[in-house]
Amino acid sequence: MTSPKRVGRIEFGLFSPKEIRKMSVRKIIWADTYDDDGFPYPQGLMDLNLGVIDPGLRCKTCDQKAADCPGHFGHIELAKPVIHVGYTRLIRKLLRVTCRSCSRLLMTSEEVEKIIGPEDSELAGEFVSEKDIKKERVCPHCGEQQLKINFEKPTTFSEVFVEEGRKVEHKLTPADIRARLERIPDDDLRALGVNPDVARPEWTILTVLPVPPVTMRPSIILENGQRSEDDLTHKLVDIIRINQRFKENQDAGAPQLIIEDLWELLQYHVTTYLDNEVAGCPPARHRSGRPLKTLSQRLKGKEGRFRGSLSGKRVNFSARTVISPDPNLSIGEVGIPLAIANEMTLPIRVTQFNLEEMRQYVLNGPERPTTRSPCGANYAIRPDNRRMRLSDANLETVAEMIEPGWTVERQLKDNDIVLFNRQPSLHRMSIMAHRVVVMDGKTFRLNPAVCPPYNADFDGDEMNLHIPQTEEARAEAEILVSVSSNILSPRTGGPIIGGIHDHISGIFLLTHRIQHFTREGVLYLTQHLDLEHLPEPDRMDENGNPLWTNKQVFSLVLPDNLNMVFRASSCQNCETCKQEMCENDAFIRIVNGELVSGTIDKKGIGAFDGQILHRIIRQHGMKRAARFIDDVTKLSIRGIMLEGFSFGIDDEDLTKTEYGQIDEVLKGAISDVERRIKIYNEGQLEPMPGRTLEETLEMQIMQVLGKARDRTGEIAGRHLGMDNSAVVMAVSGARGSMLNLTQMAGCLGQQSVRGERIMRGYEDRTLPHFRRNDRGAEAHGFIANSYKSGLSPTEFFFHAIGGREGLVDTAVRTSQSGYLQRRMINALQDLKVAYDGTVRTTGGRIIQFRYGEDGTDPARSSYGAPVDVKGIVESVLKEEVK
Amino acid sequence: MGTSLDVRNHEMVPDHQIMDEEEVADLLATYHITLEQLPKIYHDDPAAKAIGGEVGNVIRIIRDSRTAGRAEAYRLVVKRPKK
Repeated sequence: MTSPKRVGRIEFGLFSPKEIRKMSVRKIIWADTYDDDGFPYPQGLMDLNLGVIDPGLRCKTCDQKAADCPGHFGHIELAKPVIHVGYTRLIRKLLRVTCRSCSRLLMTSEEVEKIIGPEDSELAGEFVSEKDIKKERVCPHCGEQQLKINFEKPTTFSEVFVEEGRKVEHKLTPADIRARLERIPDDDLRALGVNPDVARPEWTILTVLPVPPVTMRPSIILENGQRSEDDLTHKLVDIIRINQRFKENQDAGAPQLIIEDLWELLQYHVTTYLDNEVAGCPPARHRSGRPLKTLSQRLKGKEGRFRGSLSGKRVNFSARTVISPDPNLSIGEVGIPLAIANEMTLPIRVTQFNLEEMRQYVLNGPERPTTRSPCGANYAIRPDNRRMRLSDANLETVAEMIEPGWTVERQLKDNDIVLFNRQPSLHRMSIMAHRVVVMDGKTFRLNPAVCPPYNADFDGDEMNLHIPQTEEARAEAEILVSVSSNILSPRTGGPIIGGIHDHISGIFLLTHRIQHFTREGVLYLTQHLDLEHLPEPDRMDENGNPLWTNKQVFSLVLPDNLNMVFRASSCQNCETCKQEMCENDAFIRIVNGELVSGTIDKKGIGAFDGQILHRIIRQHGMKRAARFIDDVTKLSIRGIMLEGFSFGIDDEDLTKTEYGQIDEVLKGAISDVERRIKIYNEGQLEPMPGRTLEETLEMQIMQVLGKARDRTGEIAGRHLGMDNSAVVMAVSGARGSMLNLTQMAGCLGQQSVRGERIMRGYEDRTLPHFRRNDRGAEAHGFIANSYKSGLSPTEFFFHAIGGREGLVDTAVRTSQSGYLQRRMINALQDLKVAYDGTVRTTGGRIIQFRYGEDGTDPARSSYGAPVDVKGIVESVLKEEVK
Repeated sequence: MGTSLDVRNHEMVPDHQIMDEEEVADLLATYHITLEQLPKIYHDDPAAKAIGGEVGNVIRIIRDSRTAGRAEAYRLVVKRPKK
């Protein structure tokens, strides 16, 4: 392998007027573009020497056609010099550090040496900065008194001198400035960090302006046949026009005032031509009022040339549409609308082995009427790389012509490998390879179990699809990027694909306690599974019909030799675990692939901490795990459909007794708060260590109210049992928490801003509804109502205050982490782990001597550890190990 | 400035050693690299100064590692560039 070339150094410099004229192919003097016949004016902005954009014409400079001519620069001779806005800071610095009369650095050579060090010394390399020069001093070389240089944005420089006790500003023209810069000696420039060989400072004052080739400012022809010029061309027209007028006035000997005005106008046009977003300068606008996009705007920012066109590009062979769920797909599949599958193609080389197949694709043609119809082809590429579009007219002829050496671009069909992506692509699982299933409809379909890695939901999300075009790309996609090789997240070392929402509720309902199913029931539940026969029934019912337990049904999806012991997320963390006798059925024991006890929930098959999933991956590999996810999600959806699962407003209903109790608790809490306020007002409150009296009171109030809310939750929870859908979801970990339920049925509780009660608002009170200096619970955002009972107007307002804080937090967090992510990517993007385990840059420089110091791939680790010792021991002993 | 601090005595500073030429040659051979491809440490780095590392030396740093228990890293002493 050839070693990569290294960049030795990069030199940045300025164009000198000489160089600009040398590279110019034409002096431009006319502000017009095209004549009435649509032919470019000679020496106009669209001069044929500057390159051609119209097909058919030939460039006068290089004699090539529009497609081949790279374009050539022209130039405009400016009537008077103008300042280049990009260099105003450099100009200001140079004016301030050099003498106004002899233009030498305002330092003696000894002073200079002190700063930049003796020549050729070890430490040489410092430069003289503006701060090293004392203000308004006398030139050490010629004795001239220096004046203060004022700089006014965008391009005005002036000298300030004192006359009759008043400060007088004297404006410096660009010509004056240029004269001064010209006289700065080369050696002084080197001390300032400017290399005079490539960047003489006077070149920052433009005397001649390069005219970019037409190829970088093409005009477009609108539907009505009118030409519309590029923004840059518009700006250049302005410059030439003013320049011309300036020259005429100058030659006619116009008064100084007019000359100055025109000079400023020319300066304005050149400034906005270079950068149309300069501070202190009104942006130049198009006739429609839209600000022009000039040179700097083309390069800057996210949509600029660097970030928009070079670092990121638009690609072919991609599709985008809305996504929707389909639980019947495997996690490794993606449903693709027929319309997209018909449009997108894959190049297949014709060989003698697939000749007949390819011929059939060509014969099928570009229109595939239904998802069942055989796939066709859209293009055929001849051995001489000529591309032939297939249409009904030429199908048979092309099919006849096809032979090895051709390439057929066939349409997508089932089982093709495609890359599927959802933005923002924050981690590697944001792009995964799926297998195609062509479907009716207009949306991409995906199994809801793969939502977590993409962070997708179905409220209108759109996703992108890319089709690898070569064998290498397809192999890489299948081996490295496939969904089944990305079940484990490199972030945690645990699974990230798994059951969500209804999968968890469903498997919880199915496996909770002991239930019995008849043969019909079992077959209904397992109809999607690939089973050969049912296990031995658990027992017979009174009529002698066989019955199976729910745990047996679940065991059907487990691998045969799976052994593990763990606690479900419904586990209450009792002090002494009753294990199999747990009244919540939260102790899970799986012996030889049989679920002996316990309820499967989020901890078992959930997307982020599915322990069974994790065990299967480590013991049986990714393929088996992918099958397990498919099986278990299908089973759980059948499970949830046995009874149905819904939630309505009446699920939050409590009885009179509970409402009475809740009322009592809240009243008690509010009067407790009042009592504490009274103690405080009487000065009897003991402050807590390190806190003021007010802080102590606030903390006590927060505590009392927090407890009160929890108590209402307990009261509500006592009434709402496992027959309540919200409780099932909270206990199983599918969605929501008991706190959410408390807030719906019991009491919303204290609203807070930055962890404190709401204090802001009017003078001494939050809202005009309360007395001044009222410290009571209601006056500072305690909401005694629940979402069910409805909020009072003041409560509603406090709730909005608390809610707003959350919104602001998320907005700030996303923007900050987005920027952090961008910088991380830029810093790390071309590091890779080499075959010897070192982390290296593209130049082979070592960053880490062993990846992560232990060489462990986190995506193949068990929550970071290279070996899951506990899991292995437990699966052998079939007992819990502490 | 009376007392001088030896950073090596601080518990957060890992063990730094200057490698001899033979060790360096071995190191470069194991990783198939040139001296330039090693990570760098400045000549005025407090720990490098404390063990008397000079420009061109290679320093072995033995750290406690959260993942591997013990990790070795090697750094080439270079002159600090100006600014």
